[in-house]
Amino acid sequence: MDISAHPEMPATPAPIPALVAVPPQFMAPERHPTEVASKPKMTVENVNVSYGDTQALFDVSLDIAPHQVTSLIGPSGCGKSTLLRCLNRMNDTIPQCRVSGRITMDGRDIYHRDVDVVELRARVGMVFQKPNPFPKSIYENVAYGPRIHGMTRNRGELDALVETVLRRVGLYDEVHDRLDLAGTALSGGQQQRLCIARAIATRPEILLMDEPCSALDPIATAIIEDLIGQLRETFTIVMVTHSMQQAARISQRTAFFHLGRLVEQGPTGEIFTNPANPRTKDYVTGRTG
Amino acid sequence: MTDARNGDDFATIHTRPAARKRLARRYRAERRFRFFGAAAIFLSVGFLALLLGSIVLKALPAFTHNFAALEFDLSAPLEASDPATADYDAIVRNALRDRFPEVAGRTLRRELSALLSSAAPVYLARQFQARPAGTGFTVPLSDTADLYLKGLLARSRTIVATGPAKWTTSGERGALETVTAPDLRAIENAFTGQGGQDGQRPSILIEIAGGVLKIGQLDANIPGGVWLARPRETGNAAEPGQWRIRIFDTPQAKRKLSDRQIVWLDRLVANGTVRPALNTIFFTRGASREPEMAGIWGAVVGSALALVVTLALAFPLGVGAAIYMHEFARPGRWSRFVEVNINNLAAVPSIIFGLLGLAVLLNVFGLHRSAPYVGGIVLALMTLPTIIIAARVALGAVPGSIRQAALAVGASPLQTVFHHVLPRAMPAIMTGTIIGMARALGETAPLLMIGMVAFIVDIPGGFADPATVLPVQIFMWADFPEAAFGYRSAAAILVLLVFLLAMNGAALLVRARFERARS
Ligand SMILES: Nc1ncnc2c1ncn2[C@@H]1O[C@H](COP(=O)(O)OP(=O)(O)OP(=O)(O)O)[C@@H](O)[C@H]1O
Ligand SMILES: [Mg+2]
Repeated sequence: MDISAHPEMPATPAPIPALVAVPPQFMAPERHPTEVASKPKMTVENVNVSYGDTQALFDVSLDIAPHQVTSLIGPSGCGKSTLLRCLNRMNDTIPQCRVSGRITMDGRDIYHRDVDVVELRARVGMVFQKPNPFPKSIYENVAYGPRIHGMTRNRGELDALVETVLRRVGLYDEVHDRLDLAGTALSGGQQQRLCIARAIATRPEILLMDEPCSALDPIATAIIEDLIGQLRETFTIVMVTHSMQQAARISQRTAFFHLGRLVEQGPTGEIFTNPANPRTKDYVTGRTG
Repeated sequence: MTDARNGDDFATIHTRPAARKRLARRYRAERRFRFFGAAAIFLSVGFLALLLGSIVLKALPAFTHNFAALEFDLSAPLEASDPATADYDAIVRNALRDRFPEVAGRTLRRELSALLSSAAPVYLARQFQARPAGTGFTVPLSDTADLYLKGLLARSRTIVATGPAKWTTSGERGALETVTAPDLRAIENAFTGQGGQDGQRPSILIEIAGGVLKIGQLDANIPGGVWLARPRETGNAAEPGQWRIRIFDTPQAKRKLSDRQIVWLDRLVANGTVRPALNTIFFTRGASREPEMAGIWGAVVGSALALVVTLALAFPLGVGAAIYMHEFARPGRWSRFVEVNINNLAAVPSIIFGLLGLAVLLNVFGLHRSAPYVGGIVLALMTLPTIIIAARVALGAVPGSIRQAALAVGASPLQTVFHHVLPRAMPAIMTGTIIGMARALGETAPLLMIGMVAFIVDIPGGFADPATVLPVQIFMWADFPEAAFGYRSAAAILVLLVFLLAMNGAALLVRARFERARS
């Protein structure tokens, strides 16, 4: 996944011939994280977002390091989801939403008018806060992305890909005998895992996850946390969470938001053990909501 | 309210008498509402049943027709090189005359022939040419004869005589002698009731000894008149209960059927020559001036052709427009303006679309008059706003999270719409479309404007052939003076209703099917 090799963003993700036999995105890290940590995968510079007359984000600047998990934490309504939606330009679909500032991916402004937003979203996957499976079968939910991106050559490869991905999110054993069942007929937690499966099936470079474990039991949460730990070897992950323990467990970097402002960001250990800002300290120790 | 702050009062806030009373009042309000609702439904169902019932009652006679099975002498067409050239008029005329050899003279013979449909020869010719070796051919009766046999024309009442009677015959004429007082009074009452000339007063037919005597005078208490059918029994006396007095209160001149024709028809029925059968003519023929030869098939085909054009135009255009407006057009003053005007179009009286068709399609573009495809275009214009609105509502009902999910996996906006949003909205779009089509099927006014009201005998064979449609056919028949057309009009309404019900049923079915496929 050497992006720098492409002068422009490629029209489709580079085809990986042996995808199914040994899915490369799940293989050992291609590069050692420390090797590339110097150059951020995404940068957010002075971003302001407003919905009509209400401003949701004020002058946010943030670097997202490659092959790391960045946690966004903060009280409800502070703009975490809003920032996440800026990163794959999902905010474009909200008519009254205005974004200003600069967001780059691999040094390229994703809000530049030359950028193909469809391609951007293929490269920046997203798991939504509320599970939103397609009203189609479980199989189709996972297979849809790979199919429109031409990632498999035949049905057999697609079947294998679907199975692999469903196994990764710990859903396969629960649903392997009813892949024809509508995704919407699953339980809330299963739907959430299905949405994660759908997002990773298209092999994005960056995965945005908005409270991916909010509806999961401890076992499923552990599976997903484990998965995120593995995924970061190939993907870059930005995750919103309300669980301090989860942020501490799996993220390398943490950003704390309050009332639309980025209060503090830094390595997770630092944020949780030695925060610079007293508000951060109050929040991570559970003294304010 | 001061004691509401007291903790004890909170414990009883929902149980004290005032609360109970409030609850009872709420229940009373609910019962009242339910009663009015049930009453409204009962009333509307009652009116609907009344309407449907009256249509069905009026329609039923049109579904059967009386046919006469005569012995046709088909030797001439059998021998002719071209059977089409044979004189079927004569064949039918002679077959009927053979049954009534006593009928002589031009006037009477014409009266006799009028029992059969004037299209009977054509009908016979078609049967013969379809199967020259066949036997048992039948020809349809005239509309008036048919209605009489169904009891819908020239109604009569019959009095069974209580006393004996003697009859006398001299030539054409006959008389009843020694009629007892009660029977005589019955005849007298009917005879002198209205007064006036023969033909202007009720007809009194005495059915006696297998013959029928029409009373023309009452001289010296001896009813006398003309034999419409000679008595077949010998002797000159009839026992009580063996003869009957039949009274037609409508004078002969005010009827479409003469006393003689009635007697002949009764004969034909009695000997099994005339029998009712399913009215295939009604279901298979086009328009005709003769009610007994008129059918709805031409109009049904015309309607189907027009609706095919309507659907082919309105569905893709309407759904496409709705998708563009809902999924792609930037919201703003311009798109709101378009939306408001589409809503306005849906409220435009349908005849305006007909005028548009006349002014633009026929007069400017010079398209075919009376052609189903022009009707289809006009109906499509009329249906378009309905479909657009239905499709927009359906698209609006698709949750945004589905669009976001598709966009987030890298689907293009078009893929998002066609892979995820449209399939989800389709059942509601189909329902709206079918309802729009049903409205188009029942539409009359705009089609009148573009000449689909023409009298078209032939079944249309294509989109450019002149045609009419079912509702226009109903409208035309309802306007014709012949009573038989009235019944056919009701029958056509019933057929139209069946089609409409079938379409609405299809809408339900489509919905159920899609919903099952989705879950
Ligand atoms: N589509 C929208 N239209 C208008 N305002 C919005 C919209 N989405 C979010 N907002 C507003 O923007 C602010 C930030 O919302 P956001 O969803 O980003 O919060 P959040 O940090 O994700 O909260 P939570 O933890 O509850 O998910 C809130 O005040 C919210 O009301
Ligand atoms: Mg949120």
